[in-house]
Amino acid sequence: MTQPRRSFQVGTGLFILLGFAALAYLATQTTSVANYTDGDNYLLKAKFSNIGQLKQRAPVKLAGVRIGSVKSIELDPQTLEALVTIGIDTRFHEIPDDSAAAIFTSGLLGDQYVGVQPGGSPVAFKDGDEFILTQSSMQLEDLIGKFLVSGDSSKAPAKPDAADPAAKNP
Amino acid sequence: MSRRSLTGDALAQVGAAGLFLFSILAAIPKSLRHFRETLRQIWFVGAMSLVIIMTCGLFVGMVLSLQLYYTLAKFGGTAALGTVVALSLFRELGPVVTALLFAGRAGTSMTAEIGLMRATDQLSAMEMMAVDPLAYVVAPRFIAGVIAMPLLACVFNALGILGAHAVGVSWLGLDNGTFWGNMSANVEVWSDLVNGVWKSTVFGAVIALIATFQGYTTPPTSEGVAYATTRTVVSSSIVVLAIDFVMTAFLM
Amino acid sequence: MNTSNHSPGSDSPEPASAAYVQIRGLRTVLGGKLLFDGVDLDIPRGKITAIMGPSGTGKTTLVRHITGQLAADAGQILVDGRNVPELSRRQLFELREGIGYLFQNSALLTDFSVFENVAFPLRQHLRLPEEIVRNIVLTRLQAVGLRGAAQLMPAELSGGMMRRVALARAMIRDPGLMIYDEPFVGLDPIALNQVLKLIRTLNDTLGITSILVAHEFAAVRRAADLVYLIAGGKIAAHGHPQELAERDSPWTRQFFGGEADGPVPFEYPARDYALDLGFPAAAA
Ligand SMILES: Nc1ncnc2c1ncn2[C@@H]1O[C@H](COP(=O)(O)OP(=O)(O)O)[C@@H](O)[C@H]1O
Ligand SMILES: [Mg+2]
Repeated sequence: MTQPRRSFQVGTGLFILLGFAALAYLATQTTSVANYTDGDNYLLKAKFSNIGQLKQRAPVKLAGVRIGSVKSIELDPQTLEALVTIGIDTRFHEIPDDSAAAIFTSGLLGDQYVGVQPGGSPVAFKDGDEFILTQSSMQLEDLIGKFLVSGDSSKAPAKPDAADPAAKNP
Repeated sequence: MSRRSLTGDALAQVGAAGLFLFSILAAIPKSLRHFRETLRQIWFVGAMSLVIIMTCGLFVGMVLSLQLYYTLAKFGGTAALGTVVALSLFRELGPVVTALLFAGRAGTSMTAEIGLMRATDQLSAMEMMAVDPLAYVVAPRFIAGVIAMPLLACVFNALGILGAHAVGVSWLGLDNGTFWGNMSANVEVWSDLVNGVWKSTVFGAVIALIATFQGYTTPPTSEGVAYATTRTVVSSSIVVLAIDFVMTAFLM
Repeated sequence: MNTSNHSPGSDSPEPASAAYVQIRGLRTVLGGKLLFDGVDLDIPRGKITAIMGPSGTGKTTLVRHITGQLAADAGQILVDGRNVPELSRRQLFELREGIGYLFQNSALLTDFSVFENVAFPLRQHLRLPEEIVRNIVLTRLQAVGLRGAAQLMPAELSGGMMRRVALARAMIRDPGLMIYDEPFVGLDPIALNQVLKLIRTLNDTLGITSILVAHEFAAVRRAADLVYLIAGGKIAAHGHPQELAERDSPWTRQFFGGEADGPVPFEYPARDYALDLGFPAAAA
C-alpha cells in the first residue's frame, strides 16, 4: 500500500519540477532577463537630436553583432538632446574612438537599436567616452510624409502651393 | 418556463457557485491534513494532462510560426517572428488554449468523479464518518487545479516556442540569433511572461471551481452526471474567455 | 478511543437521561408528501431498538434526521443530550464521530480496496501505527467473514458482501450509537444469522445503543429489545417484539401477518385506478 503511494508523490514532484523548469527556461531564454545577464561592461555616451522609439535595454550592434545594450535614456538639459548611455561588453574593448552611433530600425516595423559604424582611429574608446558622430532615428512619419507629398504633387499639379511648405520640412 | 425564471436560475447558479467558493476556501485549512490526496490530484489533473498539453503546445507553436512568417514576410518583418510568437503565446494563446484543454481533460473528469460519488452516496458516507467531503474531496481538487494550470501553461508555452523555432529557423531558414535576440529584446518577464502565468492561475481556479461545483451539486442520476459534465465544459469555456477579456483589459 | 466517552456502557447508568435518542413532535414534508406528523420516539441506551414499517414510510428519512443529514420541518431531536437541528457543521461532525452508520446501499468508496474502506475512518481521525490499523481492520473483517476479501475492490463484491464490508466499516471505531439501515437485505440465511449475532454481540459486550431499521419481523424478533412501528406518518405501535406480535391490533396483524389489506395501505397514494387506465365511466 505504501509503495504505489510513494510513486505518486515522486511523479507529482517531477511534474511540478518540469513546470518550473519550463518557466525558468522561458524566463532566461526568451525574455529580457536574458539581457540582464551581460557581465562586465563599460559605459559610453551618445547624444541624439531624436531617438524615436528607442527603449532601455535595446541592443547595440556592430556589423549586426550584438555588443551591448542601452542602459539609460535622459534629456540633456543644456543642449535639449537625448543623452543615451550605452553599456558595451568588455570583450569588445577595441572599438575606435571615432566610430559613429546611429539609431536603426530592424525591418519596416521592427524595434529600434543602436548601430555602431567603426571608424579608423588607432585609439579605442574608454569607459565614459562620448560618440562624436551620431545620426538620429529616421522618423517613419517624415518618410511617409515626404513620400505622400511627392506622390501628391506629381498627380495633382493643380495644388503645388499646399505641397511646398511640407516639402521644406527636414 | 419563462425567460425571467431562466435568467433567475442562471443568477442563482452563479450565486451558489460563489458561496461554494467560500466554503472551499474555508475548508482549505482542514484539507491540508489530506496533503497526500492533494498530491494525488495534482498527479491526476496535472501530470496526466501533460501529453495532450505538450502535443498541442508544439503544434500551436509550429502553425503560429508558419502563419506569422508569411504575414510578416509581406512587411519584410520576419526578424520579429520570435517576438510575435512569444508574445502571442505568453500573453494569450498559452493560458487560454491550455485552459480550454484543461477544462476538457481534467475538468470533466473532476465533475464526473464527484458526481458519481454523489450519486452513489459516497459523499454522504464520508459525512457520516465525520470526514468533510469539502476538505477531503473538493478542496484537494481545487488546489490541484490552481497549482497545475500555470505549470501546464508554462510547459505549453515552452513547447510552443520550440515548435516555432523548429519551423521558423530549421525549416524556413530564419537566422537563429535573430530569432532569439529579437525575442529576448522585446519580451518582458513581468508584464508578458508572468502576466500570462497569473492569468492561467486564475483560469485554473475558475475551471476547478466550476468542475467541482457541478459535480458536487449534480442530481444523483446518470443523466444528471452527464449534464453536469457537459455544463462543466461549456461554462468553463465561456467563463475563461470572458475573464480573459476582462483581465487583459485590466492587466495591459 | 475517545468516542467511547459518548457511550456509557450498561455498567455506568446515567439516571438523568435513559434515552440516547429522544424525538419530540417531529414533522417532515418531503416532495409534497407529509412523511412525519408529530412523531415522538425514545431510543433507550444500551438497547437494540427496531424501527419497522412498510417501505416508503420514511424509516431512512428518520435516521437521516437523527444524524443531521436532513433537516426536519419541525421538532426536537436530542442525541446524547444535543439537539441535532441546532448543531453547527463542526458540532455535527463531532457528534457523528460517535455514530456508526450502515447505509442502505452500503456506499463503499469505490476507489479504495475493502481493507482501505474499513480503515478509512481510522486513518482520517486517528494517527495509529500501520500495524495497529491492520490488526483492527482484520479483526472487524473477520467478524463479518470477509478477512480473505481484504484486498478486493468494491466492484468485485456481491451486494451482500458489500453490505458486510459496510458493516465492518460502520463499527470500526466502537461508536456509542450504531444505526443499521436495512442490514439484512441481500444476505443469504448464513450471513444473515452471522450479522444478526454480530449486532447482538456488539450490543451485549460493548453496550452499544443500536437502531435497527428493518422489515423482516423474524429477524427483528430475535435481535431487538424494542420495536417502533411507523405507519401513516405516526408511531402506529411500539413495545417488546414478542408482546407486539401477540397484541391484537389491526396494524400489527396486517404488518406482521403480511396481509395487503388493512390500515397500512399497500399502494403508494394514487389516483383512481380506473381513471388512470382511461375508463372514465368506471369512476362513477
Ligand atoms: N430527497 C427526497 N425528495 C423527495 N422525496 C423523498 C426524498 N427522499 C425520500 N423521499 C420520499 O420519502 C418517502 C420515504 O422515503 P424513505 O425514508 O427512503 O423510506 P423507507 O422507509 O423505505 O426507508 C418516500 O416516499 C420517498 O418517495
Ligand atoms: Mg429505506
